[in-house]
Amino acid sequence: MTPTIPPHQLQLTPQGQLRHFLTTEGLSTELLTEILDTAESFVSVGKQAVKKVPLLRGKTVVNLFFEASTRTRTTFELAAKRLSADVLNINISTSATSKGESLMDMLWNLEAMDSDMFVVRHEASGAPHFIAEHVTPTVAVINAGDGRHAHPTQAMLDMYTIRRHKGDFRNLKVAIVGDVLHSRVARSQVHALRGLNVGEVRVIGPKTLIPTDFDTLGAKIYYDMVKGLKDVDVVIMLRLQKERMQSALLPSESEFYRLYGLTTEKLAFAKPDAIVMHPGPINRGVEIESAVADCSQSVILQQVNYGIAVRMAVLSMAMSGQTDMQNALEGGDA
Amino acid sequence: MDFSRPQFNQRIVIRNGRVIDPKQVLDQKADVYIADGVIASIGDAPVGFKPDLEFDANNMLVIPGAVDLCARVREPGQTQKGNIHTETHAAAAAGITHLCCPPDTNPVLDTRAVAALIQERAYQSGYAHVMPIGALTRGLEGEQLSEMHALREAGCIGVSQLRRPVKDSQVLMRCLEYASTFDLIVFFQSEDQSISPRGGMHAGPTATRLGLPGIPESAETIALSRDLLLVEQTGVQAHFGQISCARSVELIANAQALGLKVTADVAVHQLYLTDNMIDGFNSAYHVRPPARTEADRQALIDGVKSGVISMLCSDHQPHEAAAKAEPFPTTEAGISAFSHFLPLSYELVSQGVLSESEWVQRIAMNPAHLIGLDAGHLGVGSNANLCVFDPNMEWTLKKENVYSQGKNTPFLGRTMPGRVELTLRDGTISFRRG
Amino acid sequence: MIMPEVAPLLDSMASDITKTVYPKHNKRPAMVGIHTGGAWLAKELHASLGLKQPLGLMDISFYRDDFQGKGLHPQVQPSNLPFNVEGQHIILVDDVIMSGRTIRAALNELFDYGRPACVSLVALVDLPRRELPIQPDVWGIRMDLEPQQRIKLSGPEPLTLTLIESNA
Repeated sequence: MTPTIPPHQLQLTPQGQLRHFLTTEGLSTELLTEILDTAESFVSVGKQAVKKVPLLRGKTVVNLFFEASTRTRTTFELAAKRLSADVLNINISTSATSKGESLMDMLWNLEAMDSDMFVVRHEASGAPHFIAEHVTPTVAVINAGDGRHAHPTQAMLDMYTIRRHKGDFRNLKVAIVGDVLHSRVARSQVHALRGLNVGEVRVIGPKTLIPTDFDTLGAKIYYDMVKGLKDVDVVIMLRLQKERMQSALLPSESEFYRLYGLTTEKLAFAKPDAIVMHPGPINRGVEIESAVADCSQSVILQQVNYGIAVRMAVLSMAMSGQTDMQNALEGGDA
Repeated sequence: MDFSRPQFNQRIVIRNGRVIDPKQVLDQKADVYIADGVIASIGDAPVGFKPDLEFDANNMLVIPGAVDLCARVREPGQTQKGNIHTETHAAAAAGITHLCCPPDTNPVLDTRAVAALIQERAYQSGYAHVMPIGALTRGLEGEQLSEMHALREAGCIGVSQLRRPVKDSQVLMRCLEYASTFDLIVFFQSEDQSISPRGGMHAGPTATRLGLPGIPESAETIALSRDLLLVEQTGVQAHFGQISCARSVELIANAQALGLKVTADVAVHQLYLTDNMIDGFNSAYHVRPPARTEADRQALIDGVKSGVISMLCSDHQPHEAAAKAEPFPTTEAGISAFSHFLPLSYELVSQGVLSESEWVQRIAMNPAHLIGLDAGHLGVGSNANLCVFDPNMEWTLKKENVYSQGKNTPFLGRTMPGRVELTLRDGTISFRRG
Repeated sequence: MIMPEVAPLLDSMASDITKTVYPKHNKRPAMVGIHTGGAWLAKELHASLGLKQPLGLMDISFYRDDFQGKGLHPQVQPSNLPFNVEGQHIILVDDVIMSGRTIRAALNELFDYGRPACVSLVALVDLPRRELPIQPDVWGIRMDLEPQQRIKLSGPEPLTLTLIESNA
């Protein structure tokens, strides 16, 4: 049969370094920890007077966003610029590509511009993997979110947040609440948590929003939020999109809020020092009570902060891995 | 690619082959004599027979040419993917002498003109017969009856709505009643579109992990159940094509036990692919219906063995490279299937699932019988539509040896256990290796 | 080969600084130590010289020129220069100067903060294996080692020089 290299293998060099960042699935504990440690060093850079470091000086990073997203794109842009890279922003709505230029043609045009790295967000699962398979092998591909498949940088900044506030993953119970079915963030989080040997990871939501075989990814499924939050150390709330009410997945925001919204009362079932997270943007009164979003247990704002450092870590590690591979191929020695 | 005109009316003798014709209950080593386009004799030479060509089929099988119930030739209207000339040539190279093309051409196969065009073009190329399947509804839009009688007169061997939706049960019921008025076979490809998202794969752990849209088996079984109930009510002759799951096999078996005029086929690739093979988002595995679980695959094989599924088809769907060079969900579904049709269906024989005779029934005799074709057998005096297949010749499928214009197959790089060496269509050589 | 004691070297270096470096300045300099060994030494020198400006510390990991080959060192300390670099007289302190590349990286990082009036270089050990045209203004000891030998400063208490034989 025609062999294909799945994303979790394609993203690694033969030595096990990152050369793309496509998914948190299949990454070793060592590598996941290295990403977090490297992010740590960039957090301190962010506190300095001079926030720039020359690691990607002379490199061109192209933001290829097929799905609009100001938040994610600007954090990637900021991360790349803090690494002294040159940044190109290309916003393509999918309708533009359907007007004639295929994805392959667009890639060839971009390659001709000597880019070193693509940061890709696309509504089709597997698009960054496709791009990584088809571009020049020296170009590093960073997945900024593909369909429902993965959002690995978001998951890593969530892991960084958890480690920063809670320490050792092995003792932790983590609950992910909400629209797991459509969530690439949830999938990446579960893979990363398992890779970091978390004590237990749970997903909580109604049956319409949780695939029945989600437990095959290593998470326990709860339909009852009170039971699901019992003794949990970390609560991650997922964003609920308005469209879900239109596609017969949920009857109304208010029923969802009553059953699965994180209120002060429900939070009390978790551990008293549990932290509250959310990948953002938050819908106050839909998945999370305003008071909870603003309470002392909430680390939502810090997550945004850590996002830049984590992305700086991933960009520089992937660039480093690609360069190593190139040197090895050319017979050069570090 | 060989586009030369095949020669007519040669006297041909195929020597030393193992001749298998289930219709005559024949399975023995014998010489086959062809003259004037028909099988003149099996065994002894006809009096005064002087062959123009002698073909040594020692250690090979001589079987009726395959009758493929579902193969797209992409003409009219989709010639970037293939055309009747290239695809019937590929069919001949695959040991196929007759193929049925579905009505989703452009324009749709709902007029005599399109049906005539296709058959005319096939005749001109001369490689294989193309029997059109007409549209069940006008434009395949699922709302109005098509001119089914006219289509039958124009050569359509049946009608189909393919995987397109029908407005409601009432329209479907009336279509089936109308079709049964003229003893037309209705070809079903049961699918409930509302739960069959585009660009999806079987709804299971792999789909969840890859974040790809999931197509549950109920997408097929819901539609299949409804279709069977209407078949029962209207008494129409029904053939269910390319089924994909164990539950569907059960439903078909139950219907047959009730005495309904129901037959079924499965695409050969469905017996080899499962959902977990899509691990790397490989669009070569993007097919519709989707490849399902290992249990489904086994149940389909059992169904083929028991005869509930009495026919095998190729479901040949050639595509241009661009149609598959996209992220999985935006690619077009379908495999260029002629190349593996005979070798991989023959592999069922080596696996002990079928005997050689049963294999020939599934790919030739039964399909021919279903559509009322005088083919799929080697009766003396009938048109010589046959193929010589060497079961000992192993070869590797590569882009260079795919005859179809479409190279989209997940079986590239796979060893094929057996190869077509010679194909005759109505007594003329439509394909010869070497 | 016996390694010298660090303390007496630090004394002579402090003395050399006042004799050779101070005259270049029209005001008291600021000191910057390069992590990790240079930082330890700079703390000692800063105290013994009684410098008024707070001590600056720099981690040059992100400015190394072998980043592409060796990858990132994840245990990076934050750089902290608690004074205005613009127009400042700076004494840069490192433990061992060998190829000169660390100093090159340190200068690059320093200049990202501003334009110093001048920079003087102080090193505990000078191993003359330069790959760049960079020399210390003050050094504790100059050593000639075999190609496979290296020197390492351990600390922070006590500060000790060790000879390392590498098999590479």
